[in-house]
Amino acid sequence: MAEMNMAKAINKALYEALERDERVVVLGEDVGADEGVFRITEGLLAKFGDKRVIDTPLAESGIIGTSIGMAIYGLRPVAEIQFAGFDYYAFHQIESHASRFRNRTRGRVTVPMVMRFPYGGGIRALEHHSESRETYYAHTPGLKIVVPSGPRNARALLHSAIQDPDPVVYYEPKAIYRAFKEEVPDTIETLPIGRAQVVREGREITLISYGASLRQVLEAAEMLEEEDGVKAEVVDLLSIVPMDTKTIVDSVRKTGRAVVVHEAPRNCGIAAEVVARINEHVFLYLEAPVARVTGYDVPIPYFSKEKAYLPDADRILDACRQTLSF
Amino acid sequence: MPKKPIKLPENIEYLSILDENAKVDKELEPKLSADDLKTMYRYMVLARRGDERMLNLQRQGRIGTFPQSSGHEAVSMGSVYALEKSDWHVPAYREFAGMLYRGWPLETMFLYWGGFEEGAVPPEGVNDLPICVPVGSQLLHAAGIGMAMRFKEEKKVVLTYFGDGSSSEGDFHEALNFASVFNAPVVFVCQNNQYAISVPLARQMKCETIAQRAVSYGMPGVKVDGNDVLAMYAATAAAVERARAGGGPTLIEGLTYRMTPHTTSDDPKRYRSEEEMKQWANKDSLIRFARYLEDKGVLDGDARKKLHEEIDEEIKAAVKRFEEQAQSEELLNPLRMFDYLYADTPPDLDEQREELKRFLAKKGKLPASEAGKEQAHTGRERG
Repeated sequence: MAEMNMAKAINKALYEALERDERVVVLGEDVGADEGVFRITEGLLAKFGDKRVIDTPLAESGIIGTSIGMAIYGLRPVAEIQFAGFDYYAFHQIESHASRFRNRTRGRVTVPMVMRFPYGGGIRALEHHSESRETYYAHTPGLKIVVPSGPRNARALLHSAIQDPDPVVYYEPKAIYRAFKEEVPDTIETLPIGRAQVVREGREITLISYGASLRQVLEAAEMLEEEDGVKAEVVDLLSIVPMDTKTIVDSVRKTGRAVVVHEAPRNCGIAAEVVARINEHVFLYLEAPVARVTGYDVPIPYFSKEKAYLPDADRILDACRQTLSF
Repeated sequence: MPKKPIKLPENIEYLSILDENAKVDKELEPKLSADDLKTMYRYMVLARRGDERMLNLQRQGRIGTFPQSSGHEAVSMGSVYALEKSDWHVPAYREFAGMLYRGWPLETMFLYWGGFEEGAVPPEGVNDLPICVPVGSQLLHAAGIGMAMRFKEEKKVVLTYFGDGSSSEGDFHEALNFASVFNAPVVFVCQNNQYAISVPLARQMKCETIAQRAVSYGMPGVKVDGNDVLAMYAATAAAVERARAGGGPTLIEGLTYRMTPHTTSDDPKRYRSEEEMKQWANKDSLIRFARYLEDKGVLDGDARKKLHEEIDEEIKAAVKRFEEQAQSEELLNPLRMFDYLYADTPPDLDEQREELKRFLAKKGKLPASEAGKEQAHTGRERG
């Protein structure tokens, strides 16, 4: 066991994957000598060389498109797009090809690859460096999307993603890269993709979230217990696609109330899908409409105003109280 | 000296070996055996007559809209013939001749344009990717395959295709750049048929040739008479040899003409003249190649006629097999749409499959093979 932050845990998973599987290659802009703009690929070039840790030309479609070719040819590319705000350049390669090869060739041609997209606000970044657009990928059949929320699950999910036979978008909450540390075991662990976790037990309300927002949710849950004496259950989705409907509805069946939280814009956001699934499965257990605390339907404001945009513990607490008093 | 010319690489050459009057340049003529030549001719005719038969099937509503390939046989066949079976072939969508030669059954091609994903399944042992519709995007897959070949230290080559219109796409430029930077063994072949649906080449670029794009990516480029199968073979064989020896990628531009509409839904009279079409019909690769084979004593008129009859029989038999497959319950089963998306179908997708299955059962439309396997609907609960 060693204590480490998420940046280190992701770095550890990459190191371990490169070490244990010679098919794994890490590629992207500045992942080599610079060790990544967030230093996620620290030490990898020095250890594994430029054949396996590849600085590419500055072209996202090129990175994802050639990764598809490499995956088809038997490698296991782990592609880094520097900021999720630039993955749109590669979108058609992901939508038209990465997600479709298995289906259109009836399983003959497959694309086992991982796309690491650091997403989200809260780090006073430049314009176009703070987006959260997981819905685009959730809306693209054939992909899987995972979003870690802490060092230990970040490392486990990255191993799962690299070992997965299908393309996985690994949506990286960069705001919490270095926010806190956790014990990470020495032996490699994986987490089943498509499984959510109940990270806090409670009986009166269910809070559902993922990624960087989970920290705010847990903080709100603590405040709710301290100030109102209400025990909230917290579900960490971890996987957006496939979504673990069972864990969500099992919790809501028990609590009868739910608040769904994410920093992506509300319209057609992941929360909308969660609410739909709750309605489809446990509508008659509900004591109140399911609330959404999300980013607003505006481009994430430049950093002078991003705090007001991002869901924080206060906004979540407010929504919990409204739901509880409905 | 503040200003001086920068010396750029060599000039772009134009290669023609067998001209439209079937006159051959003896010095440049590639050394191909009679069997080689007959094989090439055979697949070019198979593609041409297959294309004509598909038009017929489309007009009868037996397959859907498709892009015809007549006029593209020499670029495809001449280049693909330079590959070994263990090399890779990444087509666009007018490489009908090359795909047939690589081992795609005719009926599989019919299935593809007949609306079945099964037509995009590369046959066992065929190192090809399927037809690619979003233009130019496949070039990056070829570049990635080439990078992986280098990674594995194999002496293999990947051959890929695109059209003149695709050369305006960003992926074209990114693919050439990646292949070149990583010295990947990729041969990029342009089917320059001079039109992207209706838009002529002059609207795609201000350059004189597509081949010269190679200069900016630090690779050799050559422009070839794309109706001259011998020149296409010679240019590609040289590029394949260089790539195999570690010399990196090449860009080859084959100048040809789309002898048909863009697809069966297109009307080319809106944007090009009858006269132009006639002029290019006279440059048809098949006519000059047939004359060359006759002059060389490889295939005389009688043998050619016999070959054409055999090919027509082959097509007829393939249409029959296609129709059997296209009407089979197995391939028509709508539930197949769920079965190949992931290695392991996730529970929520499985639930959607069950949902459609229940609906089909209710309407009496459930295929017999699926009957009796319905799962009880357990998704929704009442409080």
